[in-house]
Amino acid sequence: MKQMNLSAKLPADVAAENMAELQPAYTPQEAAVEASRCLFCFDAPCIMACPTGIDIPSFIKKIETENILGSARTILSANILGASCARVCPTEVLCEGACVMVDRQRDPIKIGRLQRFATDYVYERGIDVLKSPQQKSGRRIAVIGAGPAGVGCAAELAQLGHSVVIFERKPLPGGLNTYGIAYYKMKPAISLAEMALVERLGVEFRCGIEVGHHLSTARLQEEFDALFIGIGLGEGQALQIPGEEFHGVYDALDFIEEIHSKPLHEVAVGNSVIVIGCGNTAIDAITQAKRLGAQKAIVAYRRSEAEMSAYDFEYELAQRDGATFYFNVSPIELIGDEAGQVCAVKFVRTETSNNGQLTLIPGTEFTEPADMVLKAVGQSKQSAWLTQNFPALRLDKRGVVERNPATGQTSVAQLFAGGDCANGGREVVNAVGEGKKAARGIHAFLGQADIPAPRQPSRLGVNGEPCCSGLEAPIRAHELEELYFNEAEQHG
Amino acid sequence: MADLSINLAGIQSPNPFWIASGPPSNTAYQAHRAFEAGWGGVVWKTIGEPIVNVSSRYSGIDIGGTRMAGFNNIELISDRSPQTNFRELAEIKKFWPDRALIASLMVETREDWHDFIKRSEDAGVDGIELNFGCPHGMCERGMGSAVGQNPDVTETIVGWVMEVARKPVIAKLTPNITDITAAAKAAKRAGADAISLINTINSITQVNLDTFVPEPFVDGFSSHGGYCGPAVKPIALQMVQSCAADPDVQLPISGIGGIGTWRDAAEFIALGSTSLQVCTAVMHYGFRIVEDLIDGLGNYLDSKGIHSVNSLRGRAVNQIKEWKYLDLNYKRIASINYDRCIGCNLCHIACEDGAHQAIRLIEPNGLGLGPGRVPGKPIPEIVEESCVGCNLCALVCPVQGCISMVSVDTGRDCLTWSDYQGKIARGEMAPIPAHL
Repeated sequence: MKQMNLSAKLPADVAAENMAELQPAYTPQEAAVEASRCLFCFDAPCIMACPTGIDIPSFIKKIETENILGSARTILSANILGASCARVCPTEVLCEGACVMVDRQRDPIKIGRLQRFATDYVYERGIDVLKSPQQKSGRRIAVIGAGPAGVGCAAELAQLGHSVVIFERKPLPGGLNTYGIAYYKMKPAISLAEMALVERLGVEFRCGIEVGHHLSTARLQEEFDALFIGIGLGEGQALQIPGEEFHGVYDALDFIEEIHSKPLHEVAVGNSVIVIGCGNTAIDAITQAKRLGAQKAIVAYRRSEAEMSAYDFEYELAQRDGATFYFNVSPIELIGDEAGQVCAVKFVRTETSNNGQLTLIPGTEFTEPADMVLKAVGQSKQSAWLTQNFPALRLDKRGVVERNPATGQTSVAQLFAGGDCANGGREVVNAVGEGKKAARGIHAFLGQADIPAPRQPSRLGVNGEPCCSGLEAPIRAHELEELYFNEAEQHG
Repeated sequence: MADLSINLAGIQSPNPFWIASGPPSNTAYQAHRAFEAGWGGVVWKTIGEPIVNVSSRYSGIDIGGTRMAGFNNIELISDRSPQTNFRELAEIKKFWPDRALIASLMVETREDWHDFIKRSEDAGVDGIELNFGCPHGMCERGMGSAVGQNPDVTETIVGWVMEVARKPVIAKLTPNITDITAAAKAAKRAGADAISLINTINSITQVNLDTFVPEPFVDGFSSHGGYCGPAVKPIALQMVQSCAADPDVQLPISGIGGIGTWRDAAEFIALGSTSLQVCTAVMHYGFRIVEDLIDGLGNYLDSKGIHSVNSLRGRAVNQIKEWKYLDLNYKRIASINYDRCIGCNLCHIACEDGAHQAIRLIEPNGLGLGPGRVPGKPIPEIVEESCVGCNLCALVCPVQGCISMVSVDTGRDCLTWSDYQGKIARGEMAPIPAHL
């Protein structure tokens, strides 16, 4: 983060305590007791709600029987980033939201925490539960971007016997998992341990290399049999109001990356912080600012409480952390002092008409003092980079890569894509799932033998066919997950 | 509140709840605490020639996070001197005259039995229990279950006891026998006043998979131990009912085996028990559990309009028949209440793999509803023509009131296996076609 005139607020021990993981790790007994609550559903809805299709009842059963290594293998063979997903997944709207126990006693199985218990077990002991085959296919695949999609794709390809090189422009691999997750949810070390596991599967990481700058895409297309594009989203979007150039005005993602790039007690924060926008990144930014010593923390959103995209549990967390929420206010100017430091935000109140149109209400302007303003109004798409580097690649009207959702294949046969650059911006677990599907798409594209779908014992249906009712199975699939979301959107 | 007082073969007790002979009834201190908590009786830890115990002694099995669902021990009878035990019995009886105090005894020779019976009665006990049950340690020396497993020996020793006993005598039986009524009948023939059952079941609870030494271990080795706790209740109920129903037994019964709640107690009483003995549950939670045992049993009796615990006794005994007297034409089938179904589909897979393939999965749309939290998720449907009414789905269903078993009128008269065999022999009916 550039031009920081602000200062760090807290001594190291207090900062560390404030930013400690929200949920403590389960003890073995806690995990066994929680696991024993799982009903071991047949064709469990939690599996269907997981974009990577982890056989959740099976891994939980294995925790109950103290087969923790087997549990971790069940998780990691379906989701290579199982340890980070255990921490960062919005489980309340995915697996835990689908848990039948919600209907039984309003208390879902704590799938995320159990998954963390099992994966921590093997990482803490340095046990590798996955292996790449001895025999290699001789095919080489380049992956652009070492975020969850790219790594998900690379790990699966390596396990299918292919040689994979990942190009990453940042100094460390992992993408958002290494640089952009709220610190109290996951520390970067977890992500880096996962990257080390992927490296041990034979994947080669080349970090600090910017494709299109250090290395031409034409050369990649020539040297590799297939390419996977997992470059995520671009820069944070500007507010497009006067004053964005003042010191103390930052992109929320840059602030979060700063937290991950230096000791916590050296991260500068304002006394009065205002976050503009009300998605989950806004929550991550405001809670971390508060936990690093900000006295006053405000989240300002131009629409209503009902319209914010932050999950309920994130909203509640920020409120518990002491953040104040202003709804139906739109920033119209950032005000700075003589030194060029932001000192206030000028807002105007808004209202939403029946057709969803947002209008500013004249005469309702007010200013709110702030010495730090964090912009969290969404990230731009990567259309410029994509068009420049892959002119033949078709993008949709949102500016994301068009691809076959089942295989990840784009309009250019040799190019595959997944993750935020192809889905427009979803969860980490969606990116891993899409990377994995694309790996299978690439495998098929390279003319390799069909891979039998892995069996999920907990849903093996009648006559040995995977269960059931005409759904693709085992569900490695986001067909169902998309169905789930579409329904949820219709109802929401 | 209903009258909970009982009289077992002349042993009066203000309520049916007794501490069973075991670690909780080892000392006067514990007996005091038990009576203070409200227990109706205490069966003293078995008195005999002093023995020497080992360390460690107990082991348990946990089920689904529940500790000590089953429990075993390799502890022997009292390791205190007979003098100490008889002195303390006398002290306790003086202090608690209205409670039942029973001496449990285990010795070898006729002379010893006579001596210990007299000393017990001199101490003022209300009754004597003969320990013919322990399956560990003492049986190797010809006592405990070595007696209970041999009806002739049981009869002989009860006979010795009855030569001198003036107080009621209860023979405590071992379940480690093919037919427990054989031992009960032997006790009856020799004149015993009552029986108590079951003692513990011979067992190994678990093997340590690092050391390959089973639990509980003593310096690298273990030994067969006596199994008890909630897990043994069904076995105990069966044996209590068998003795209660046997016309050649007809002795008052003190029920033992996995009793921890008033429900357990009520079931033992309904199957013929007069008093109830509790050990493992007290070892788990302490004497205080008697408060709910008394309260719960009283409330249950009141809710049923049953005025005394004696009126509950034996009500279920004759509801057990031999299999051949069950109606082959009775039919029930499973029924799913979709308002309660949560979509776990455990009933489907249980029936499909474990029973009769009578629950299929269907699209939820046909029923206009969708249990479960994922749209499009299939739901279970009973295939009524395939359902044999086995109960399995209702047993695995985790939701109360979701799957119920509904009686179906087959329009056919009662036909037992016994009737059926007779009718076939007489040519009165054709054989029932075999199930496909």
